[in-house]
Amino acid sequence: MTYLSKPKLLRPDTPKNALGYTRRDYEGAISTLCAGCGHDSISAAIVQACFDLDIEPHKVAKLSGIGCSSKTPDYFLGNSHGFNSVHGRMPSVLTGAALANRDLIYLGVSGDGDSASIGIGQFAHAMRRGVNMTYIVENNGVYGLTKGQFSATTDKGSKSKRGVVNNDSPIDLVALALQLGASYVARSFSGDKEQLIPLIKGALHHRGPAFIDVISPCVTFNNHPGSTKSYDYVREHNEAVNRLDVILPRDPIGASYAPGSLRRIVQHDGSVLHLRKLGEDYDPSDRIGAMNHIQERHALGEIVTGLLFVDASAEDLHRHLNTVGKPLNQLRDAYLCPGSKALEALNASLR
Amino acid sequence: MSATKPIQRCNDFVIKFANVNGSGSASANELFARAVLRMGVPVAPRNIFPSNIQGLPTWYEMRVSAAGWLGRRGGCDLMVAMNPQTWDRDIAEIESGGYLFYDSTKALPRSKFRDDITVLGIPLTEICNREYSDARQRQLFKNIMYVGALTALLDMEFDPVEKLITDQFRGKDKLIAANINALKLGYAHAKEHLPCPIGLRVARSDGVGDKIFVNGNDAAGLGAVYGGATVAAWYPITPSTSVIESFSAYCRKYRTDPDNGSARYAIVQAEDELASIGMVIGASWNGARAFTATSGPGISLMQEFFGLAYFAEIPAVIFDVQRGGPSTGMPTRTQQSDLISCAYASHGDTRHVLLFPEGPYECFTLGAQAFDLADRLQTPVFVMLDLDIGMNDSLSQPFDWDDQRRYDRGKVMSEEELEAGKDFGRYLDIDGDGIAYRTIPGTHPTKGAYFTRGTTRNAYAKYSEAGADYVYNMERLRRKFATAKKLVPAPVLRRAAAPTRFGALYYGSTGPSMDEAVASLEARGIHLDTLRLRSFPFADEVLDFVSEHDFVFVVEQNESAQMRTLLINEGELDPKRLIRVLHYDGTPITARFIESRIADALSERKVSPIRKQVAS
Repeated sequence: MTYLSKPKLLRPDTPKNALGYTRRDYEGAISTLCAGCGHDSISAAIVQACFDLDIEPHKVAKLSGIGCSSKTPDYFLGNSHGFNSVHGRMPSVLTGAALANRDLIYLGVSGDGDSASIGIGQFAHAMRRGVNMTYIVENNGVYGLTKGQFSATTDKGSKSKRGVVNNDSPIDLVALALQLGASYVARSFSGDKEQLIPLIKGALHHRGPAFIDVISPCVTFNNHPGSTKSYDYVREHNEAVNRLDVILPRDPIGASYAPGSLRRIVQHDGSVLHLRKLGEDYDPSDRIGAMNHIQERHALGEIVTGLLFVDASAEDLHRHLNTVGKPLNQLRDAYLCPGSKALEALNASLR
Repeated sequence: MSATKPIQRCNDFVIKFANVNGSGSASANELFARAVLRMGVPVAPRNIFPSNIQGLPTWYEMRVSAAGWLGRRGGCDLMVAMNPQTWDRDIAEIESGGYLFYDSTKALPRSKFRDDITVLGIPLTEICNREYSDARQRQLFKNIMYVGALTALLDMEFDPVEKLITDQFRGKDKLIAANINALKLGYAHAKEHLPCPIGLRVARSDGVGDKIFVNGNDAAGLGAVYGGATVAAWYPITPSTSVIESFSAYCRKYRTDPDNGSARYAIVQAEDELASIGMVIGASWNGARAFTATSGPGISLMQEFFGLAYFAEIPAVIFDVQRGGPSTGMPTRTQQSDLISCAYASHGDTRHVLLFPEGPYECFTLGAQAFDLADRLQTPVFVMLDLDIGMNDSLSQPFDWDDQRRYDRGKVMSEEELEAGKDFGRYLDIDGDGIAYRTIPGTHPTKGAYFTRGTTRNAYAKYSEAGADYVYNMERLRRKFATAKKLVPAPVLRRAAAPTRFGALYYGSTGPSMDEAVASLEARGIHLDTLRLRSFPFADEVLDFVSEHDFVFVVEQNESAQMRTLLINEGELDPKRLIRVLHYDGTPITARFIESRIADALSERKVSPIRKQVAS
C-alpha cells in the first residue's frame, strides 16, 4: 500500500524548523513493513535528523538496492528524489549520481543481504573510492522478503526461527568499512534513537564516505531466542563507546560537559561533533585502534556501538577527480562542447 | 623461375606484414602506411593481432587503393614475412604472381618457397648485427630497414618517409639520425641487390585530399566530448578501452577549466562492468550525460541494469566495441555478434535503440547524437562499433560540427513549470509519443520529486501491481519505441546503375568492403540496390526496401545472422527473401568474399528461381 500518502492535516502548533518545514514535510508514504520492524525506527530517525538539521528535503537524494531495508526510502523524505535500484548495486548508482551533482546530499540505504552478500563488491569499492555519502545498512541478519534465510552478517552459531544453526562466518561491515577507508564509521541499534539520530546527523554533515551499521531486529524472522540480532540480545550485549551530539555552527553553545569526558571534533563544514566518552580509552580518530577494539569485543560476544571512527579532514571523490565546483549536470553546452574551430585544428593534426 | 607472370599494379594492391608481437614492428608498419598516405595514395591498414603482449604472431595488412577502397580486399600481393612461426601459411596466402619479401640471413630450403611468386630476400639480421651492437636496436632497426627496402622496391619517394621519421622523433635528434640511417641501409641494399622497382608500385596521387587518418574508438571518445558527456564510468576490456583513453585525452584538452585547472568531467574506472553501468545510470538519472564503453562480456554483465534503465526510463549511452564471442571468444578479433544481446538486453519484454557507425566519421557523429537520443527517449542507446572500426586507423571524412546545434535534453520539467502547477506524471504520456516528462533531483522544494524504481508503477510513479497500470506502461513503452523509429539516423540508400530485383542490406564495418564488392559486381553486370542500416529500430524505409526487391542479401559479420533475425522479427518479413551472407572467422570481411557469395547465390537462383518457391 505504498501508494497511499499520509493525510496532510497539521495542528497550528506543530513545530517548524528554521526553514519553516514541519516534521511531516520530511516523512514519506506509509510503511508497508511488518509492525514493530526496526527499519521503521531508522526511517523515523532519518526524518528527525533531517528536520533537526534544517536540510531542504529536495536537496537529498535517497538511493537503495533491493530488500526490506531498500523499500524504506519510500517511507521517509517524500519531497526528495528516490531511487530503488537493483539488488546490491545501490553504491554504483549513488556514485554516479554523486558525480553528476556534487551539491546534493546522498543517502544510501541498504540491508545486510544487499550490502554484505550480493553487493559486497560495490559496498567495498564505494568506500575505498571516497564517495561523499551517508550509507546506512539496516542490519537484521536475515532475508526478510524471501522469508527468513540467513544473511552474510548472521553470526556463527546464531539460530534461525526454524532452529537451523548458521555455520558460516559472519561479515562485519563496520570492520570492512574501517579497513577500506571509510572516513566516518558508526554502529547503532534501531531501538536506541537517542544514539542513532545524532550519528545520522554527524554522517550527513561529514564529507566523504560515512557508514552506519544499524542493528535492526527483524520482528518476524529474527527476533527469537538463539538469534544474535534480536531486540533482547542486542540490548543485553550493546557496549556503547560514546554518545554523540552534533552542534552546527549556527547553534548556541549548549550544555557544558565534565572536562575530560568530552571530545570535540570539527568537521569540514564547521559542524562540531561532541563525543561524550563512555569507553575509558576509546579514541575515535584511531582507525587501527577502532578495528582492534571491535574485534576484541566481538570475541567477547559484545556489540560495540557509537561513533567508532571519524576523520574530519577526509577528502572525497570529487576532490580526487578535481571536478569543477559547479555540478556537472548544470554545465551548459558552451562549457562542454569545444565547437567547430577546435575540430578544424584537430582535423589538421590528423592529416 | 616462375612461369606465372608477376603481378603488375600501381596504387592498387595488398601488402601484408607478418610479425611477432612486441618486436616493435607496429610502429614501423604504421610508418610505412603513413608514407604511402603522404604520397597522396589512400591506404587502409588493419592490425590482426593476438590477445597477448609479446611473442605471438601478429599481422598488419595494408590495402593500397588509389580508387579509395578502404575495406579489406582479400588476398595478398606482397608478403613481408618476418615471422618464422607463421612462414608456411604466410607463403601460402600470397597471390599467384605475387611477391615475397623476407630476411635471407639464414638460408631456407627451396621447398619453403613457391615457384609462382617473386622472392625478394635481404639479410636483415646480418646487416643489423654488423651495424648495431645493442640487441634491442638490432631488432627495432631491422623493422625500419625493411621499410627502407620497400620504399625502393615499390618505387616510392624517399623524402616523405625520412620526413615522417623526423616528425615522429622531433626533439630526439639521436633517434632521428639512427632511424634514418637504418632506413637508408635498407633502401640502398634493395637498390643494389634487388630488381627495383618490382611490379607493384606506389605513384604520387591525389586520392587522399582533406581526409583524416584516425580510428573509430578515438572518434567515439571525441563524439562523447562533443555530445556533452560529463561522466564516464568504465572497466578495462579489449577492444573498447581506447574509447575512454580518447575521451580522457580530449577532456583534458578541451574541458579543463582555464582559470583553475579543474575538470568539467568525471571519469571513474569502476570495479567491474556492473558498477560502470550503475554509475552511468545514477549520473544520467541525476541529469548528467553519462556513458560507458565495453565489449561483449561487459554487455552480458550489464544486462540487469539495462532492464532497469529501460523500465525506469533513464538515459544511458553504451559504446559496444564488439569482438569475437561467445564467452571470452576472440578478444582481439572482430565481429558484429552482440546485436541480439543488445537489442533485447535484459529479462522481460525490452527493446533498445542501437546505432551502427560505419567508420570514424560516424563514430563521432552518431556517438554525439547518441546522447541526444538517450535524453530525448529516456532510454539506453547502444553505439555498436566493432574491433575493426574501433582499433584500426582509417581514412575518414574530416570531423565537422554545427556551432548552432544545441543539446536536446528531452522532456525535463523545470522548476518554473512545476511552480506554475504543471501536472507532473513521471510515466504519463501527455502527447502520444510515449515519452513522459522527468524531473532532475533537486529541482523544486515540494513538487516534482518521485520515486524511481524497477518495479511496476502507475503513471504518477506510485507503486502498483494493477494489471491496467502495467499494460498502460508497456503500451506506452511500445509507442516510445515507435517514436524512436522517427528519431534515429536514417539508412543510406544506393541505387544500382540499372533497375534490379536484388538488394543488399549491411551495416557498420562491412561498409567499406561492401562498396568495393558492389562496384566489382556492377562491373560484371550484376546490379544490386543497397541499403546501409544505421539504426535499430528500423525505419519504415528499411522494410519498404525489402518489399521492393525479390531477394535481399543481408551481409554481416556473425554466425547466426543476427541482423536478419531482427529484420524478420521486427518487420515480420518472409525469411526466404532474406539471404544470409555471413563472415565470422574474426578477421574483417573482404570485398572478394562478399562479391563471390553474392555472385554464387545469384547464379544458383537463376537456375532455380526462388520467387516460385516463395509463391507456392
